[in-house]
Amino acid sequence: MPPEGCAVVTGAARGIGAATARALGAAGWPVGVNYRADGEGAAAVAAEIEAAGGTAVTLEADVCDADAVDAAFVQMEAEHGPVLVLVNNAGLRRDGLAARLDDEDWDVVIETDLSAAFRATRRALGPMLRARYGRVVNVASVVGMRANAGQVNYAAAKAGLIGMTKTVAVEVARRGVTVNAIAPGFVETRLTEGIGEETLGAIPARRAGTPGDVAACVGFLASDAAAYVTGTTLVVDGGLSA
Amino acid sequence: MKTKATSETVEKVIFDGLEEIGAEGEVTREATFEALDIDSLDVVELAQIVEDEFGVRLEGDDLKGLETVGQVIDLVVARA
Repeated sequence: MPPEGCAVVTGAARGIGAATARALGAAGWPVGVNYRADGEGAAAVAAEIEAAGGTAVTLEADVCDADAVDAAFVQMEAEHGPVLVLVNNAGLRRDGLAARLDDEDWDVVIETDLSAAFRATRRALGPMLRARYGRVVNVASVVGMRANAGQVNYAAAKAGLIGMTKTVAVEVARRGVTVNAIAPGFVETRLTEGIGEETLGAIPARRAGTPGDVAACVGFLASDAAAYVTGTTLVVDGGLSA
Repeated sequence: MKTKATSETVEKVIFDGLEEIGAEGEVTREATFEALDIDSLDVVELAQIVEDEFGVRLEGDDLKGLETVGQVIDLVVARA
């Protein structure tokens, strides 16, 4: 049994983050449903978790704002004890061919998808080490493992997340803290809107993934059952990269 | 509420913290982390204990070059 504490999911107002927050709520964790702009979405997710008998708190914070993230942690710690499950899910894309990609589009993706996840992880680790228990799950992407033209910034950030996952995992493994990544393929969310039908034909499962497909895997990695799984990347892509 | 960091309170929290972490042998101000079998991750955990108790955040270079328990106590008191 995990010690008393709570979970935080970044970018949880919709999509994979929302599904993950619901899964963790159903698993019994008080869940911090983080959002930046979509307060309504986050409130709906929290309400669903509560309606299902769980406990949820909405946490407004831009993950790029370290002080706001710290305040969110402080709030959760005060109400529900240490954050023992952290799911770094918040992310965005700014696609473009490398030859013409703006610095700004590079920077914002690296900052949001990689650096912010590092800082949230760093914030979470101390209390996890003290608790001798922790689960960090980084939502990466198959694009961090195989090429996808037009996503050089996103690919670099997601590959960075996978590298970060492995190294942090070995640093803290002996304290019962696991750090893993999930690499979703094509999942129907706002982030993948506008990606063509032809992509679906390339997926062996012949369908797009759902946020629930991914959340179930995050839920496993965040569970007690996955205590011996660390530093790994679980690919959830319907066979796309097999 | 954070505890006021004095030489005595910091010493007590750090001594207790090192025991909790599993230091080998007797914890004294003069003891080295090496002798206590306290490694770099243990020192990070000790820093978290100090932060939780006194609100003093030690990071990066702060933790480098510290060899004895007394050095950490002095650093925390100086930072408080």
